[in-house]
Amino acid sequence: MAAIAIGYLVVVTVAAVGAGWLAPYDPVSTDLDHVLSGPSAQHLLGTDALGRDLLSRLMYGGQASLAGVAQAVVTMLVIGIPLGLLAGYAGGWADRVVTWIVDVALAVPVIVVLLMVLAVFRNNQTAAMLALGILGAPDLARIVRGSTLAVRNELYISAARLTGLTSVRIMARHVLPRITGPIVVRASLFAGGALLAQSGLSYLGLGVQPPAPTWGGMVADASTVIEQQPWSLIPPGIVLGLAILSFGLIGDAMRDAAADRSSRQVVKASARRSSSGDVVTKTQAPAPVEPESTALLSLRGVGIELATPAGQSTVAENLDLDVQSGEIVGLVGESGCGKSMTGRAVLGLLPEGGRVNAGRIVFEGRDLTTMSPREIRRSRGAGMALVSQDPSDSLDPVFRVGHQLDELVRKYHKGSRKEIRARGLELLRSVSLPDPEAVARRYPHELSGGMAQRVAIAFALAGSPSLLIADEPTTALDVTVQAEILDLLRGLSSTTGMAIMFITHDWGVVADLCDRAYVMYAGHVMESSPVGRMFANPLHPYTAGLLDSTPRRDVRRQLLPSIPGTVPSAGEWPTGCHFHPRCPLATSVCEVTAIPMAEPESNHHTRCIHHTQVRRGGGNGRSGALA
Amino acid sequence: MVRLIIRRILISIPLVVVVTLLTFLLQSLAPGDTARAILGESYTPEAHAQLSHELGLDRPMLVQYWDWLTHAFRGDLGVSPISGIDVAPEIANRLSVTLSLTVGTAILAVVIGVGLGVLSAVRRGRLGRAVDVISLVGFALPNFWLALVLVTVFAVAIPVLPATGYMPLADSPGGWLVSLVLPVATLATSAVAVMAKQTRDAMLDVLSRGFVHSLRANGVSETSIIFRHGLRNAAIPVVTVLGLLFVNLASGSVLVEAVFAMPGLGGLAVQASTQHDLPTVQGVALVFTLIVVVVNLVVDLAYGWLNPKVRVR
Repeated sequence: MAAIAIGYLVVVTVAAVGAGWLAPYDPVSTDLDHVLSGPSAQHLLGTDALGRDLLSRLMYGGQASLAGVAQAVVTMLVIGIPLGLLAGYAGGWADRVVTWIVDVALAVPVIVVLLMVLAVFRNNQTAAMLALGILGAPDLARIVRGSTLAVRNELYISAARLTGLTSVRIMARHVLPRITGPIVVRASLFAGGALLAQSGLSYLGLGVQPPAPTWGGMVADASTVIEQQPWSLIPPGIVLGLAILSFGLIGDAMRDAAADRSSRQVVKASARRSSSGDVVTKTQAPAPVEPESTALLSLRGVGIELATPAGQSTVAENLDLDVQSGEIVGLVGESGCGKSMTGRAVLGLLPEGGRVNAGRIVFEGRDLTTMSPREIRRSRGAGMALVSQDPSDSLDPVFRVGHQLDELVRKYHKGSRKEIRARGLELLRSVSLPDPEAVARRYPHELSGGMAQRVAIAFALAGSPSLLIADEPTTALDVTVQAEILDLLRGLSSTTGMAIMFITHDWGVVADLCDRAYVMYAGHVMESSPVGRMFANPLHPYTAGLLDSTPRRDVRRQLLPSIPGTVPSAGEWPTGCHFHPRCPLATSVCEVTAIPMAEPESNHHTRCIHHTQVRRGGGNGRSGALA
Repeated sequence: MVRLIIRRILISIPLVVVVTLLTFLLQSLAPGDTARAILGESYTPEAHAQLSHELGLDRPMLVQYWDWLTHAFRGDLGVSPISGIDVAPEIANRLSVTLSLTVGTAILAVVIGVGLGVLSAVRRGRLGRAVDVISLVGFALPNFWLALVLVTVFAVAIPVLPATGYMPLADSPGGWLVSLVLPVATLATSAVAVMAKQTRDAMLDVLSRGFVHSLRANGVSETSIIFRHGLRNAAIPVVTVLGLLFVNLASGSVLVEAVFAMPGLGGLAVQASTQHDLPTVQGVALVFTLIVVVVNLVVDLAYGWLNPKVRVR
C-alpha cells in the first residue's frame, strides 16, 4: 500500500515538475471550439469552459500544490524539531516555555490566520504556506519532545555526555537519528493536511491567482459548470484526493512499521516456534487416563495452542490435572512454562486465536471443551472465578468499587438496591477490609495494592464460586501484604469450602498455602504430589533444581545454586523430555523418547525415568556442584 | 468544579490575548492599511494622513491594540471600513449559522462514528477493515470537492435538496433542517471517519486491559463489558479527540460555507480577507479563538467527569 502511495506521489511530482515538457497543451491557451468536451482522443481528460486542456492544467497545477506542501513541511520541520529537542533535552524552563507555546498554538484558529496572512500579504501563497508550517511546528515540537524524553536517559546518551560531547552534537548525532520515525510520520500526515489547505485556499480563489492553474481552482471552475459538464469535477478531485490519501497511507505505514519494531522482541520469539512444534506433538505420551469422578476440576490430556504471527503454536500439551472440592492446589513453574495459559484455558478465556486443541476439561461433571461459549460464560462467576496478578489493573478504573460490586452481586442475587448493596458490603467485610462502606465509595486508584487485591477477591467471591483460580495474586504486593492475602485465601477456602488453583513461581507460597502441587515445565506437568512429600522427596530433577535454587534460612550456603540454561519458549521445545538439555541426569533415552507420567509412589507422579536418582541439595549433579 | 472552571478561564485569558495580539501585529506588516482601503480611488497622501488620524491609526501599534482589546471586552469590535457595518452584531448574526453547521456535524460524528467504532472493535475482521477504509477516504476527500459532488448528485441530477443557501431556524424549522443536510453531510464524512477510527482504537485498547479479563472471568456479561465498562473507559481518549475535531470543524466550515453560500462566519472571514477588511478578520479570529477556548474547557470538564483519576474534588 505504502509503496503504491509513494509511487503515485512520484508520478504526480514528475508530471508537475516536467509539465513544461510533458504536458500536451499550454495550460492557459483557450480553444473555444472545444469547450467542456468530455474525455476524447484530442483531450484525454477533456476541456473546461474556456476549452483549456484539463490534463495539462492538472499537471501545471501540481506545481503550486507541491511547492506549497514542501514550503509548509520544511517550515514545520525547521522550527518544530529544534523546539522539541530543546524542550525534551534541556528540560526545565525551556520545556515549560515550549509546552506553553504548544498550548497556545493548538488554540489558534488555523484557517482564520491563513486568511489573514493572505489578506496582509496580498494573496501570496508562499506566505500562507509558511504560516501554515509555523502553526504546525508546535505540534511537531510536542511529538519530538516526547520522543526525546524517552531517549534522553538511555545509557549511550549519558555516556556521550560523560565523554564531553556538546549538547548540540549529542542532539544532532545521537538523539535525532533515534526519533526520526515519529517525525516522518508527523511530517507525512501534515503534508496531507497542507495539501488540503493549499487546495482549499486556491478553491476560494486565494493564493495563486487565475488564470494560472491550481487543483483547487480547477474544482472551483468545474463548480460553475456542474449542470452542463459534471465530469470536469472528477479529474482534479481524484488527483487531489489520491495525493492526500497517499500522504496519509505513508504516515500510517511508517507508524505501523515503528510499532512493529518496538514489538519485534515478542514476534521474534514466536516466529521461530512453528518449526519444531509439530514434531513435539507427534511424540506425545500415551492416551489419557479416565478422570476421577470425584474431582471438582479435572484436566485430561489437555493441549493448548495460541495464535502467533507465525501461525498456531502449542504452549501446553498432555496436561493431566485434578482439583478436589475445597482443595488448594499449586501450579508451579518458571515464567513461560504455560501455567497461566492453563488457568485461562480452564476459564475459557484464552487470548484471541487460542484454543484447547486436545483433551477434556471437566468441571463439576461437565466437559467445558464441548460447551458453547455462552454456557461457559454462565459457569464463570458462579462456578469459577479469577483473581489475577496485578490488582491495579484488575478493577475498572472509572467506577467506584461499590458500583462495580453491585453489578456483580446483582447477577447472582435478586433484591432491592439496598439488599444488593448490603450483600456487597458483606463481601468486602469477608475479605477483611476494615471499613467496607468507605472502600465501596472509593475509586480503584484510591486503594493501596493490598486493598485493591482484597477488593478483587471480593469481586471473585460475588458468585460464591466453587473454584477460585488465583494467578500469582501476591506477586505484585509487598511481602507483609502477601502474607495477609495468603491468610485470607486460606481462611476463605476453609470457611466456604472453595477450592483454589494457585498459579505461582514462589515455593514459599506453595509450602505455606497449598495441599498439593503440580510442577510445570515447557508445557508439561513434570511432577505432582502432596506438598510435604514434594519438598521432602522430589522425584523430578526439575523440581529438585527449583527447590535448591530457592533461598532458605536454615541451610547455610555460599552461593545459591541455579539450574543452568533457560526455559525454551513454545515451539522451541526439545524432543523427548522437555527438560533434558538442562538436566544433570539426562541420558540418551531422555533426548529421543517422550517420557510418560509414572506413579512410583501412590499419589506422587513424575515424568522422569531417573526419579530414583533425584536428590535435593549436594547430590543433584551440576546444580549441586555449584553449591 | 467551580474552581476548575475559574482556573481554566484564567489560563485562557493570556491565550486569547496572545492570539489576538499576534493577528493584530500581523496587520502592521501589511503593505496597505485600513485608511487606504477606505479611500480607494480617492487616495491622496493628505486625505490618507487625515483619515488615519481620525481612525487613530497613526498611534503606536500597542496603544491601538489596547484600545481594540478594551473595546472588544465591552463587546465592541469596531466598524468594518468596507461595509460600514458594526462588526460585533454582524458576527453575532452569523454565529448561529456556523454553530448550526458545526454542532450538527459533531452530533452526527458522535452518534455514527462512535457506533461504527464500537461495532468494528467488537466484530473486527471485515468490518474493522471497512472502518479503516472509510476513515482513510474520509480523511482524503477534500470537503469542498465532496460538497460539489453532493450538490451535483442531490441538487442537480436528483433535485431533492437545495444546492445553496441557508434558512434561519426562526423562519422555518423544516427549511432550516433541509438547508443543513448537504453541508452537514459534507463535513460529517470526515468527522465520522475520524471518530470511528479513534473509537475503535480506544475500544480495542480498553478491551485488552487486565480488568476486562477479570470482569469476564468473574462472569460479567459481554454486553456490560462492551457498553458499560468498555465504552466508558474508551470515552476518555475519545472526548479529547472530539474536542480537536470540533476545532477542526470550525476551520472546515469556512470552506463548506463558501461552497453552499451560507451566511456564516466562514463566509464572512473569506469575504473580509479578500477585501482587506481587517477589523472584521480580527473579530472573526477572536470569535474562533473563543470557540476553541470554550471547547477546550468543555473537554477538560468532560475529561474530569469521565476519568476519576483527574477529578477535582
